[in-house]
This record gives sequence, structure tokens and C-alpha cells, in this order.
Amino acid sequence: MAHAKNHDYHILPPSLWPLIGAVAGFFMLFGAVLWMHGVTSLMFWAGFVAVLYTMFGWWSETVTENKVGDHTPVVQIGLRYGFILFIMSEVMFFFAWFWSFFKHMMYPMYEYSGTEYVQPTIHAVDPFHLPLINTLILLLSGCAVTWAHHALVHNNDRKALVQGLAIAIVLGIFFTAFQAYEYGELLLHEGWEFGGDVFYSNFFMATGFHGFHVLIGTIFLIICMIRAMKGDFTETDHVGFEMAAWYWHFVDVVWLFLFFAVYLWGTAGMH
Amino acid sequence: MADAAIHGHEHEDERGFFTRWFMSTNHKDIGILYLVVSAIVGLISVTFTVFMRLELMDPGVQYMCLEGFRMFGGGGAECTPNGHLWNVLITYHGVLMMFFVVIPALFGGFGNYFMPLQIGAPDMAFPRLNNLSFWLYVAGTSLGVASMLSPGGNDQLGSGVGWVLYPPLSTTEGGMSMDLAIFAVHVSGASSILGAINMITTFLNMRAPGMTLFKVPLFSWSIFVTAWLILLSLPVLAGAITMLLMDRNFGFTFFDPAGGGDPVLYQHILWFFGHPEVYIVILPGFGIISHVIATFSRKPVFGYLPMVWAIIAIGALGFVVWAHHMYTVGMSLNQQAYFMLATMVIAVPTGVKIFSWIATMWSGSLEFKAPMMFALGFLVLFTVGGVTGIVLSQTAVDRAYHDTYYVVAHFHYVMSLGAVFAIFAGIYFYFGKMTGRQYNEFWAHVHFWTFFIGANLTFFPQHFLGRQGMPRRYIDYPEAFAYWNKVSSYGALLSFASFLLFFGIMFHALLRGAKITENNYWNEYADTLEWTLPSPPPEHTFEQLPKQEDWDKGHAH
Repeated sequence: MAHAKNHDYHILPPSLWPLIGAVAGFFMLFGAVLWMHGVTSLMFWAGFVAVLYTMFGWWSETVTENKVGDHTPVVQIGLRYGFILFIMSEVMFFFAWFWSFFKHMMYPMYEYSGTEYVQPTIHAVDPFHLPLINTLILLLSGCAVTWAHHALVHNNDRKALVQGLAIAIVLGIFFTAFQAYEYGELLLHEGWEFGGDVFYSNFFMATGFHGFHVLIGTIFLIICMIRAMKGDFTETDHVGFEMAAWYWHFVDVVWLFLFFAVYLWGTAGMH
Repeated sequence: MADAAIHGHEHEDERGFFTRWFMSTNHKDIGILYLVVSAIVGLISVTFTVFMRLELMDPGVQYMCLEGFRMFGGGGAECTPNGHLWNVLITYHGVLMMFFVVIPALFGGFGNYFMPLQIGAPDMAFPRLNNLSFWLYVAGTSLGVASMLSPGGNDQLGSGVGWVLYPPLSTTEGGMSMDLAIFAVHVSGASSILGAINMITTFLNMRAPGMTLFKVPLFSWSIFVTAWLILLSLPVLAGAITMLLMDRNFGFTFFDPAGGGDPVLYQHILWFFGHPEVYIVILPGFGIISHVIATFSRKPVFGYLPMVWAIIAIGALGFVVWAHHMYTVGMSLNQQAYFMLATMVIAVPTGVKIFSWIATMWSGSLEFKAPMMFALGFLVLFTVGGVTGIVLSQTAVDRAYHDTYYVVAHFHYVMSLGAVFAIFAGIYFYFGKMTGRQYNEFWAHVHFWTFFIGANLTFFPQHFLGRQGMPRRYIDYPEAFAYWNKVSSYGALLSFASFLLFFGIMFHALLRGAKITENNYWNEYADTLEWTLPSPPPEHTFEQLPKQEDWDKGHAH
């Protein structure tokens, strides 16, 4: 022991991950700019892989630290605070997209005096078909996660834990697949455009960022399932699982807002 | 081994240079890194302003010519004004100062170093994440500098759209410069959000035993509230500039009226971030000033509890006043009335703070050391900036002042003079604590007076220029505005000289400064926990958590 530590907080040894991560992020974004301007996509992909590598390496280390007992009760509280705050920042990110959506629903440009803008005819989507099914799928998936959580907490039922997670993951993948199918239908057959009109801008960015978060959440759950199968998580110590569950519920709630606002109010009003 | 380690000093040198500064998980080292990098970026950004003030010294364009810029004037040679260069300089001055100098210095630098110390925490809650915040800040700065040097609008380098990145300017500016700038802001935003998560968690979870929320020192409180503002406002900005990115590169029409979009929407979303940003910049300064004034008045700060609530109130109100930046875009009368009144309400908690600082000094035993001089300068100048803020908050008056030099004068009084004076006060106050060496008091006073006079000379005349109707963001002006522009430019040169002197003072102090042996080199009214530690503190502090009698002096409220 190099240090005489008399408290339960987590003091970390020096780490190279932050530097690698930031350099990777720099190249990924610089590469994205080069790609958007038609120079090359190589730098973006190199940076992207390096970012993924950093995430994997960093979080593997975190899991290891948990196993050697660095995550004392007080550290676990801190990790929970941190993740809740992260979700709050995510909520504020969606705030911007909903702001744009609501603005254009309530005060559309074609009502402005002197405007020459005429809204194009947009093929209406029936919110009670695929979108409603997707709502049910995602909510059901959230239930499965909660089931897994209860199985873990109440009687450490490993089998039900893995089963619950597996169901949640499969449903999550179904959701993404249906979203992709819907995008394809709208873009290829119903004359929707990726961009072009502000309606499309709002629709694709709001649902697109949500879809991106579903993907992240699904991966998060998959990691948790793998860890659960390898015997991680106990009845009292399962912060990583809890974070994944919270994240998944957050994604759920964003979807509910999307369903009621963007689908029920937005697309149904089209003709 | 273990015994030697506790004594700290010798232990510090065990780490190699690379390990210590590039792989750090130590809040004190990361704080220093933040301060150093923000000082360098600050120097770059200040150089821009000197060049701009040089150009504005006389009517006509003398330095920024399309034929190439001329450092010492052209001696009467032909000069075609290069408006793009001018626009680029004002843009990057704003972007750098806002995102890459003041937030990193106050929140990243002082916040990192002193918040955990004040609350008796051994480090931040997430030490590794803390370092990611720092390196993302460096990555963001690099993207920003890359943006300035890459092909932009008008077939020149850089983007000249103003730091607010309003469309349609920002959506039509050519080249990749603008996209790099957008990503620079994304990355610096991510850095700040991660930092905010870290600060809030540390504050909530790691306070010393017995330190209830309303016993936490004011600087730590200011960092806590600032962190909330960052956490809730920066993601919204990220959304807005992502919309810009989509409009620019993928044919989206968020802000293009031809596609049903609305450029005013961008202004709303930007300022929903932008106004809290103003308080993000100034709140940590408030915290520092409270400690400096209490220390050098030899009195506990007056009205601790109202001071805390004032910080909270300013933070909360900061979210509901954003549209006072855009009175002239055509809002309804009701909207304007609301935003005017809400804005004026902020003067109340701010007044609470100003008067409490004055009351702290009242019948105190004042000692005019350099940090105190800067704190006093802050009080005077921030009040001037606050008062012109009340003037500008009135929609009717703003009709005349909008986008004039009056606005420039106003926000430089609160930021360039308010926040920056707070930074200098903090640096002189804590320099000995961070480095173990003391600055030269005489030259620090010279720095203060040259900067105080220089900054006032620069910005006070700009009120007159604004009242005369000189618009901001122009490379040139008619003869009528010549006099006060000349004065303002002399002021900028003097300020720049004082800034260089500051660097000299810092280097001198680092290399030749008197060694500090005491823990508390001011007086017993510097009574927060950082003053119980050696100067500089050992690598790991509070390995034994502080006891209540170490910090609870009982006079806080």
C-alpha cells in the first residue's frame, strides 16, 4: 500500500484512457467534417473505432475495480448520482428537439403573414399501426427489465434475471427493426424525404436520436446480460445493471413523448 | 513506505512527468492543467482583441487588408478592407473566451482544485472522468483552432459569423471551418457536462462529516449551482448546433424559411443556453470574491444564508429570461413585457450579494493585498455592468441600444471586468496555496492598477459610442466616432501590457517567488479547509477525513 487511505472513497491510479479517448474523439469529429466535405471517411472510422476501444477498455477496467471491492457503498451512491445526472443532461438534449417540434406545430411558418412557404403534402402515418405496436414493444421491454431486476433483488434468481434481460433485449431489437422498416417504407414508398421540409427535419432528428439511444440502451442491456451470465451482480451490488435499467426506462419515456407528440399529434394531422 | 507517504511532499515526486500531467486522476493537478491551458488560450484570444482595437484606433482600414495584414500600418499603401478577417477575429474572440477561457479557468481550474478541498473530499467523485473533461477541453480547443485555420467563408480561412452562430449566416458560411467550429462547441460542451456531473456528485456525496448543505463554504456553493446550470443548459445548445450541422450538410431546414424552418427558433434555443451561460461565467467568480473579501476584511462574510440563496435564485432565474437578448426580433408585447420584468427581478438577488459584500467590509479591518484590490475592482466594475444591464433590460430602451457598442460595453463590464477580475483575485489569493511560492506584491499592485485603468479606458468610452449609435461588429466607422474609439484603443493597449506583466509576475513567482512555509499565509479569516493544508498540498489530501472542529467555526451564519 503506497497510501494510507482512511476513507471509503475511490482514489484512482493514473490512467491513460481519458487522453486516448479525447484524442480519439478529436480524430472522429475532425474526420466527420472531412467526410461531410467529401475528402475521406477514413479518419472518421479510425477515430470511431478508437472511441469504441476506449469505451470498452475503460468500462472493463471499471467492472474489474468493482470486483476487487473499490466500489464501497458510498462510491456506489456516487455512481448512481452521476448516472442520474447524465440522464438529466440527456433529457435536456431531447428538450431542444421537442422545442423545435412544438414550435413548428404551434406556430407553423405557413401561418406567418407575408410568407411564401406552403407546406408540402405529406403522406400521413397512422399512429395506431406500427407506432402503437412499437410503443407496446418498448413498454413491454421495460417491464421485462423490471422483472429481471426483481428476480435479482428479491431472491437472486439468476435464471429469471438472464431471461428477463434476454426478453428485454429481443424486444429492443424488434423495436429498432420496426423503426428501420418504418423509415424504409416512408422514405422509399411514401415519398418522405430525409431533410427537405421542416416537418421531416423534426421527425427524423427526434425519432432518429431516440433510435440511437435505443441502440445504446440495447447494447448496455446486452453487456449486462453477458455479465449476469458470467455471474456478476449480487442482490445488493448491481449498480451497472441498475444504470442500464434506468437508461432503458428513460428511453421508454422519451418514446412516449414522441408517440403522443410526434406521431399522434404530428403525423396524424397530415394528409 | 506508508509513513513516508503521509508526509506528502517527498511523495509527490514519485510520479513521472507524463504520468502526473497526462494520465492524472488528481483533482489538484487537473485544476492546474485547466488554469494553464486557459491562460494560454486567453492570451491568444486577447491578442485578437488588441489587433481589433488597433484597427479601430482610427477611421478607415489600416491593418486588415486583403493585400495581407499589416502589423505596423501600410505607410499609405493601397488597402482593400478585409471584412472577413475582421469577422473571423470577433467570432473566435467570443467563442474562445466563452467556451475555452472563462469556464475552464473558473469552473475547471478553481472548481477542480478548491471545491473538493473546501468540502474536505479526498478527490473528485470520478477522478478519471475528471481528466476526460480536461482532455476533451483540449480536444475542443484544438478543433476550434483548426476551424480558424481551415477554409471558410469568402474563400478565406475561418468563419466570420459571430460567436452566437446565428443562421442564416452560419448555415451558409462556406467551407469546413464552420463545421469544425460546431464540433468544437460540441466537444467543449461534453467536457463541461461531464465536469458538471462530477462536481454535483462530489458536492452531494463527499462532504466532510458534519458539513450539512448550509455549512458549505460559498465558493463550493457557487460551483455547485454553476454545475447545475451547465448540466441543464449545455445539452440544449448541443441540440441547437446539431440542427445547424444538419441544415448545413444534409439539406435539413430547421432554420430555413423556404423549407418551413425559422431562424428565430435558433435564437431562442441558443439563448436558452446563452443566458444561463452568463451566470455560468460569473457565479464561480462570486464565490471567490466572497472568500477574498471576508479574508481581507477580517470578518466572516455577511449574511451567509442569503448569499447562498442569492446564488440559487440567480441560477434559477437565469433560465427564464433568455429572450431579453432578442427584443428586436419581433416578439409580442406580452412576451417582451414578461422578459423585461423577469430580467429586472435578477437585480434583487444580485443586489443581495453586492450589499452583503459591502456589509462584510463595513467596519472590518481592511488589508489591501492584491487579491483584495481585484475583489474591490470587481465590486465596482461588476456593479457598473449590472446597472447598464438594468438599462438594457428595458425593451423600449433596448430598441436604441440593441447591437450598439453600449451592449459591448455592458457585457465586457460584467465579463471582461467582472469575471476576469474575479479570476485574477482568485489567482493571487490562491497562488501560494497551489505553488508554495508567493507573488511579488508590488508588481501585483502595478498589474491591478494598469489593468483597472486600461480596462476602464477601453470599455467606458464604448458606452458613449453606443449612445452615439455606433453599431458593433464593424471593421470601420465614420469620423464622428473617432475620438472615443481612439481612447478605447489606448485602453486596450494598456490592458494588454498589464496582461503581459501578469505573465511576468507569474513566471517570476514560480521561479523566484518567496517560499511559503505556513498553511495559512493570510489570516485566520481564511478559515476554509484548504487553509489547513500545506502549501502546496500533498498529492493526496484528507486521507484522514477532516474533523468538524477543523472547519466549523460557528460564525458562518
